[in-house]
This record gives sequence, C-alpha cells and structure tokens, in this order.
Amino acid sequence: MSPATARDEPIDRVAGLEETQRAFVVGVLAELSGLPGALLPILHAIQDGLGFVPPASVPLIAQALNISRADVHGVVTFYPHFRSTRAGRHVLRLCRAEACQAMGARALEARLRERLGIGLHETTADGAITLEPVYCLGNCACAPSLMVDGAVHARVGDAELDQLVAQCREA
Amino acid sequence: MRTATVYVPRDTTALACGAEAVARAIVAEAAARGFDVRVVRNGSRGLCWLEPLVEVATAQGRVGYGPVAAADVAGLFDAGFLHGAAHALALGAVEAIPYLASQQRLCFARNGVIDPLDLDDYAAHGGWKGLDAALALASADIVQAVLDSGLRGRGGAAFPAGIKWKTVLGTEAAQKYVVCNADEGDSGTFSDRMILEGDPFRLIEGMVIAGLATGATIGVVYLRSEYPLAFTLFREAITRARAAGWLGADIGGSGRAFDLDVRLGAGAYICGEETALLESLEGKRGQVRFKPPLPAIQGLFGQPTVINNVITFASVPDILVHGAAWYRDYGMGRSRGTLPIQLGGNIRRGGLVERAFGITLRELLYDYGGGSASGRPIRAVQVGGPLGAYLPEARFDTPLDYEAFAAIGAMLGHGGVVAFDDTVDMAGQARFAMEFCAIESCGKCTPCRIGSTRGVEVIDRIRASIDREKNIALLRSLSDTMLNGSLCALGGLTPYPVLSALDHFAEDFAARVARAVD
Ligand SMILES: Cc1cc2nc3c(=O)[nH]c(=O)nc-3n(C[C@H](O)[C@H](O)[C@H](O)COP(=O)(O)O)c2cc1C
Ligand code: SF4
Ligand code: FES
Repeated sequence: MSPATARDEPIDRVAGLEETQRAFVVGVLAELSGLPGALLPILHAIQDGLGFVPPASVPLIAQALNISRADVHGVVTFYPHFRSTRAGRHVLRLCRAEACQAMGARALEARLRERLGIGLHETTADGAITLEPVYCLGNCACAPSLMVDGAVHARVGDAELDQLVAQCREA
Repeated sequence: MRTATVYVPRDTTALACGAEAVARAIVAEAAARGFDVRVVRNGSRGLCWLEPLVEVATAQGRVGYGPVAAADVAGLFDAGFLHGAAHALALGAVEAIPYLASQQRLCFARNGVIDPLDLDDYAAHGGWKGLDAALALASADIVQAVLDSGLRGRGGAAFPAGIKWKTVLGTEAAQKYVVCNADEGDSGTFSDRMILEGDPFRLIEGMVIAGLATGATIGVVYLRSEYPLAFTLFREAITRARAAGWLGADIGGSGRAFDLDVRLGAGAYICGEETALLESLEGKRGQVRFKPPLPAIQGLFGQPTVINNVITFASVPDILVHGAAWYRDYGMGRSRGTLPIQLGGNIRRGGLVERAFGITLRELLYDYGGGSASGRPIRAVQVGGPLGAYLPEARFDTPLDYEAFAAIGAMLGHGGVVAFDDTVDMAGQARFAMEFCAIESCGKCTPCRIGSTRGVEVIDRIRASIDREKNIALLRSLSDTMLNGSLCALGGLTPYPVLSALDHFAEDFAARVARAVD
C-alpha cells in the first residue's frame, strides 16, 4: 500500500465501532477464536450479524487471533464475499457465468444496471439495493439465475426482474 | 383414511423454480379438504426442467407431476393426484421417465428418492453398507479397493484417488486430515450441490471411509458461500450423523474415531484449487502454494491430507459394497466408473445425467437435452467449466473420456456441459474467459495476473478491427505465455476457451459484418 492511501484511510476505519457492534464482535471472537483456522468463520459470523465487516473491527480480530492487522485486512479484501461497507437493505447477486450468459445474462445485467442506475458492487442512493456479481449459483440448468437476499430465482426474465426490483425498493 | 405421501424437493433449483410455494399450497389445500398428507422434502432427481417435480407414493410406485406451480395445486387435488390420477402435468411413473430410466445412477441412486436428512431412510436405501464393509478391512485393503476401482478424482484433474490415499496412509504423522473440496466453482456444474442437498450422508460415509483408509481422524468440507441451502442442510446432516454415532469417537460402535466440520468459502474461484483451499482453511488469503510438497504429505496445517472432490468421496461407498471390479466395469479406456454430467445453459432439458464414461456429447445434447431451449441450432458447447474448451458441432461425437477429450484439446473437468445457440458471439466468450481470469487470479504469477488483463484488451482491439492480424498473433503468443508460465490451471488453462473459440469460430473474430442469425 502506498503511503498516500495509508493516510487516506476511510474515516470509518479510524472511527470506533458502535457499542452494539463492538459487543457483537467481542461475542463472536469469544466463541470462535479457538477454532483452528478461525479467521474465515469469524468474518462470516460478523458479516452475517452486522451486514458487513466494519474496518474498526479489524484490530479486535487481529488481537484475538494474535496476527497483524494487515493480515486480517488482507484476508477481508482478498475474498469478494466480505464487504467493508454497509450493504443496501437487499443484496442482488446476478450470475455472470457462462450457462447464464447462454440464456441472456448479459442483457439482464444491462437492464439491471439501467433500472438501478448503478454498477456492480454499488448500492442505490436510496440504500435499497446492492448489486453484486456472482460466478455460478449452481442453478445452471434453469438459467439465468439471480439471488435475492440468499434465495435463488430461476429463468429470470425482464418482467420478473422488474418485479423483484420493485419489491426490494418497497420493503 | 390412509396418509398420502407427497414429495416436494428442497433443492436450490427446485426452490428457485417455486417449490416452496408449491409445498405450502399442498399443505394448505390438504388441510382445507380434510386430507391427511405427509409432505416429504426430498432432494432433486436432477430432471431440472421438470422442477418443481412433485411425486406421490401410490400402490404402483411413485408417480410424478411437473413442473408444478402453486396455482396448479388445487387442480391437482381436484383431479385426484393423491391417487396418481391423470392430469395435464402428469408424468407417470417417475422412474420410467426415459431421461432417468436410461441413466446409470450409482452416485445419484438415492437423490430425489429419500428424505436427505432422514437416517432411517438412508439406511433403508443401502446407506452405511460401504462403511460397514470398510470397518471390516485393514486400511491398506480399503486403499487397494479404491486403487483397483480405477476411480479418478472428479474435481477436474482426474488424478487416481487411490494413489493419493496410499501416500497419506504411508506418511507418518500425529494428525492427518481428510478435506473435501466442495467449492464447485466451475460454472455449469451443480453435482456437488445436489449431493450435499439431496444425499449428504453419502458424502459423510465416503469421508469416514477415507479416514479409516488413511488414518485421518478429522475431516473438513470446504463449501462455497454461494450455496447457502447446501450449507444449512449439510450442517444438519453432520449433527444428525454425529448424534447417531456415525461420526465422533466411536464410529458405528467400532472404537474408531472420525469427526467432521463444514467451513464456508467466501466467493473466490481460486479457492477451489487444492492448495489455495488449504490456505483458506488455515485462515489466510487463498493463494496457490508451490508444489511439492504435495498436500498428501504436507497439507492442512502442514499435515498429511487427503483432498478430494465431493463426487470422488461419494463414489467410494459403492466401491466397497460391490467391489472394485464392479465399479471398474463401467466406463472406457482409463476412465472408469460413471460421471455425473450436468447439462446447462441453452438446453431444453437441463439436468443431471449420470452415465458411464463413453457417452457422446451428441447423445447428451440431443437425446437427453432435447436440443437448445431457444429452439435454434446449438452452435457451441463449453465442457469442463470456465477453463474448458468451446467445441463446435464437428466435435459432438467425441466420447466423454478424459483421454479422448485431451486428444481434441479439451477437458471434461467436473462434468459441466454448457450449450450455446447460434446467437452466441464467440469473441465475446473468449473475452469473458480472459476477464474471468483477471477477476479471479490470485496474483501470484505474472502471466496470469497481467496476461489476462492484456488478453481482454487485445480481444477488444480485435473486435474493434484494430490491426486484426497483428493482434490475433499477439493473442496467440500471450496465450502461449499463460499456458507455459502459470503456476496453476487458472492461468494455465484460460487459453483453452480463448484459443478454441479462435480456432473453431474464427468468423466471430473477423470483421464485424453482422453474422446472419436470420
Ligand atoms: C483454478 C482451479 C479451480 C479448481 N476448482 C475446483 C473445485 O471447485 N472443485 C474441485 O473439486 N476441484 C477444483 N480444482 C481441482 C483441485 O485443485 C484438486 O485437483 C481437487 O480438489 C482434487 O480432488 P479430486 O482428485 O477428487 O478431483 C480446481 C483447480 C484449479 C486449478
Ligand atoms: S496461475 Fe493465476 S491463479 Fe494460479 S497461481 Fe498463478 S496467479 Fe495464482
Ligand atoms: S452459470 Fe449461472 S447459475 Fe451456474
């Protein structure tokens, strides 16, 4: 990392955790730190509970596992599943892989970007929807596939896409 | 009144097609009509185009209806489907459906048949018999059976499983591990998922046998985070198997120990590569390790480790029950046994086809698949995931066999077959192969990390008709560098989809006159 980026660390990294977040992270660490290879299970538990891995939790994790902050940071950023910023209320994961491409995933992606006005890895301004790419959801026989908050939808067409987006915006 | 038994799959694809709403509608409708109905949540039969496939147990065996929508349920009750009555969605006896009846289901024999989390159902359908047989054998004899069966790893590299097991058995250590690769990162593949969701005790049984064969007492399944349902179901299967004594300090009352855990990946394709997977399990970034040392000698936490794919482990119990020769009798050449093939993409009847090696692509695409979903001609097929070659019609008579595929510059990989119709733009597919490599590269070697990004740019220039001949030559030389200079198969095989697209579909890289797709 260049010195410039080190100085320009996002503000929420230096800001502390909210008290409830802190309590949650401490609880996760107490429960899981003893596992062999505990880091991924810990990051999953934090993200499942808080919706993201707050950068301010990194020093706590590092301390509990007796590894450096850079190690923890390196792992969080290596894995696409982990996010360091809050997601929207709903997360859409669009499959961009080949079986879905063969059934129109590229057009679906274009429509989704246009409808939401955002790109991949971005969140709509109203905080309703985060759009993520995914490379196969194991639903390749009934493509194209879209995962909405953990539930896969099969053979997604334009009408269903618009309907799913509308539902996400409302709720 | 007798209790009617109705099966509604709890499987990712079935649910994605609406199975949950169907199950709820059946329960509600039965209650409203005063019928006594037991709804079993089975796994999927793999007849994906018929999902949600609802089955009813009748005196004549199980009869099917599909694809069923929640709105069809009242009509099914009206017609008397609980007695297997005629209906527009009726499919007759499920096991007589030609797609299923013509398969050779070994690994997938129980999928869709049993309740995946019901230990009694598992035992009643032959479960634990392989483990019973293994418990009566010396470790070396289990390894010998796997060696003699000819079983090769189903994760992609097709390395003989028995040789790995033998190495681990022969390596002394205080702690050895059995690791299951359930990362199933190859697009177009879902057979691991179907075992985890539809017959999870089979995988547990295979891994316990691997433990007995090698002296390992701890097992770990590394499962991709894109499969939340498989995770939930498999974790529950572990809990139940442990409670019943099939895992833990005293497996099946034998005094032998083996325990199992499941860990989630986090969206990195490279973590399907076995050494990156081990790094990830150790809590690190998923970077590929240099080999040697082999994982069989220094694997997880530096200890001897058997690492195999889900289907490899899931194939083992039957080998112990029926014998190595029985298994070896399936297949052709050096490809022995069966391969669960996954048909996906632009195909009318997508699903899981388990057949002995030797079946041709053409049989799969047309006899099973029924041609494209769009009704247009199938123009290209990608076999073996994102690193697999694109094949044109002229190659459709190639038998599924590791060596036959290698001979045409292709690979079987994990058995995914993805069909494209004639609207496909093969230069676009080649570009995606490079893009995918750039996104997923672990960054350890330059040809992969930088070469893939260059590859995208070069293909963009070719598509924009900028110095076409020069850039095509550049793409070939770049591919050559990646092929020869990469540490692992991500960088090393990405040239396959790229060059096969270029070689077999050169017209798509030519000047962009709109190709006639009528
Ligand atoms: C980039 C890359 C991705 C891989 N992904 C997987 C995977 O998702 N699942 C798998 O079983 N093997 C995968 N493999 C193969 C593994 O490295 C390894 O060969 C396999 O786990 C061994 O098990 P097997 O012998 O039973 O196939 C991958 C290999 C590479 C190079
Ligand atoms: S080829 Fe790519 S993915 Fe494989 S080790 Fe090298 S950089 Fe990592
Ligand atoms: S390729 Fe999209 S679900 Fe498999």
